[in-house]
Amino acid sequence: MFDSLTSRLNAVFSRLRGKGRLTEADVAAGLREIRLVLLEADVHFKVVKDLMGRIQERAVGAEVLESLSPGQQVVKIVRDELVGLLGQERAPLSLDRRPAVIVLVGLQGSGKTTTAAKLALTLKKDGRKPALVAADVYRPAAIDQLEKLGGDLEIPVLSERGGNPVAIAGRALDWAKENLRDVVIIDTAGRLQIDEAMMRELEEVKRATAPDELLLVADAMTGQEAVNIASTFDQRLSLSGVILTKLDGDARGGAALSIRAVTGRPIKFVGTGEKIAELEPFHPARMADRILGMGDVLSLIEQAEEKLDQKKAEELAERILKNRFTLQDFLDQLLEMRKLGPLSQILDKLPGAAKLKAASPVDESEIDRTLAILRSMTLEERQNPSIIGGSRKKRIARGSGTKVRDVNQTLESFEQAKRALKQVGGKHGKGRFPPDLFKR
Amino acid sequence: MTAWIDRLKQGLARTRAGLTDAIARVVGRGPSLGATQLEEIEEILISGDVGARLAAAIVGELGARLRRDGGSAAAALATLKALVAERLAGCERVFGLRQDGEPTVALVAGVNGSGKTTTIAKLASHLRERDPSLVVTLAAADTFRAAAIEQLTVWAERVGADVVKHQLGADPSAVVFDALERARRRGGVLLIDTAGRLQTKHNLMEELKKIERTVEKRLGRPSDERLLVVDATTGQNAISQASLFHEAIGLTGLVLTKLDGTAKGGVVLSIWEELKLPILYIGVGETREDLHEFSAREFVDALFGS
Repeated sequence: MFDSLTSRLNAVFSRLRGKGRLTEADVAAGLREIRLVLLEADVHFKVVKDLMGRIQERAVGAEVLESLSPGQQVVKIVRDELVGLLGQERAPLSLDRRPAVIVLVGLQGSGKTTTAAKLALTLKKDGRKPALVAADVYRPAAIDQLEKLGGDLEIPVLSERGGNPVAIAGRALDWAKENLRDVVIIDTAGRLQIDEAMMRELEEVKRATAPDELLLVADAMTGQEAVNIASTFDQRLSLSGVILTKLDGDARGGAALSIRAVTGRPIKFVGTGEKIAELEPFHPARMADRILGMGDVLSLIEQAEEKLDQKKAEELAERILKNRFTLQDFLDQLLEMRKLGPLSQILDKLPGAAKLKAASPVDESEIDRTLAILRSMTLEERQNPSIIGGSRKKRIARGSGTKVRDVNQTLESFEQAKRALKQVGGKHGKGRFPPDLFKR
Repeated sequence: MTAWIDRLKQGLARTRAGLTDAIARVVGRGPSLGATQLEEIEEILISGDVGARLAAAIVGELGARLRRDGGSAAAALATLKALVAERLAGCERVFGLRQDGEPTVALVAGVNGSGKTTTIAKLASHLRERDPSLVVTLAAADTFRAAAIEQLTVWAERVGADVVKHQLGADPSAVVFDALERARRRGGVLLIDTAGRLQTKHNLMEELKKIERTVEKRLGRPSDERLLVVDATTGQNAISQASLFHEAIGLTGLVLTKLDGTAKGGVVLSIWEELKLPILYIGVGETREDLHEFSAREFVDALFGS
């Protein structure tokens, strides 16, 4: 999409080559494309209008035609503006008080309960002693859901069936102290921002707990309504920040811009999956790229850095250099890759991968099968595949629940990979292969 | 930057007192509509999540029709409503029950938090209201989310339905298999509640396909209804949801939930244009009575806020 926005803009500007500077009319033509991209990403139309004005100002007269790719230059201006509006990098939670209180609010189905558990786990990993408070007494089984999540994480949950949300929240602080907890997360019921009685309830919860953080949990797929939702919650409760959920799908997340614009409150975290560990800090630049359809390469890189084993990567580079890449390395590689999560999720973060995925969906079971085959080999076989003859293949197939044909296929794709790697090594010549290729 | 945000904030706070009011203000400014007014009407449509391209097309048509018919600005709103209603022609459909003695089976799917479980409860209640002797079975095939089974069970008790359930983490297709057995014995209608899944998650979409295959294998025919529950607050992503779910299980229609807020759900216009998926119901609240059969006329009225 980044490519397509850039190429769309290039198409608009290509007629103008040689003029040296963009005129107002030239820019207007390009801006129409940008406007469409932003509106398709669900950025609120007034925010888009305002942005367009600012982008026009910066783009008119800019020497963008000097470059071969004026489209890219304009995209850079757009991107800068979006990043500027999306706000500061990594807004941390301020939880100095002991016990500190976090209250989560939002519409029905925005993901408050799941987010409460994710937040609790994040804080626990940070060395805090979190507790959860079930203040959603309306949705059937909401309390059960939080108790189950808390139980799985070994985090205590305060709940009271048939209780009053304000009273439960009010007791939370004392309960936390008694249980030696230093931060409590209060999960409230989903509500519409126009529901007067329910909004008043939240005001009372706020009064009863004096929260350190009062966070709006908002669905990244929200459309133009994001503005009304966020502004009303902010006016009534004076939010301290926002958590954007369901960013693991293909929503472009223009709501993030709308919410920032209307409240000025920082987006503190983003939810990126159904697993409880999938909560990440917010990065404005990445969000801007996503809204423009540019993929999320940076967070993939960061994830890779966090999860991949540096030493193993260096050893691997060494082995490839010496053309000693074995099936054992192949197995290690696959296992390392698995640490980044399912391949489909990795692909989600790459620009243009949505199309690729639609064309040929990633078959995780194929990877599972390959792993099973590799694991059914002996260490000797993995280090020296040439010894694998007919009877060994049969045994491996039996051990991995596959057919000999599958074993052959795995061996063949390994040989292909090896040949490809050899070429890479060869091209640079011995000793000239960049030794830091696999370093961060 | 801060001053700019403040200015924008004030502008946004004034947004929307109903699209009709906004349009009335626009058309009230002169005897005929100029380009500026048409552009403003386009923005009003966009603010209802109609989508930029479709909004432009509708407004283009509006301009052309007003020029052709010499319509005054005052007639613009009626013309606009008529235009949108025309586009929606054919998108109403009611939930049909089988008359051949076989159980009617409805598979209910959607992204996380769209309101599937609540919709199923409302649907069960609605169907029993239509026919109090109707036997309703619910299949708790969301075995992933903590307490989803409990949530459905509570609803089943409230609306007088039977529920078939397994443990958390069980294979949803196995739940459906058992539920089909029960439904074949008892007749009536079987509503299958599935886990929320984002339409881009390949594995989860495969799981959904498998559930549908289980129905096909067991009954020798597809589910009678394969419904997608769409949150009206959703923006343009709903189009991606509809097309990918449609691709996976061949949807028979939509249920649009959470229309009791200020969201207009205008994105269903695009979904109808692109996929011709009818809309069966709208959800307008949290109690079991808050489900209504979809009416295009009412929807258009609501879209323009009258």
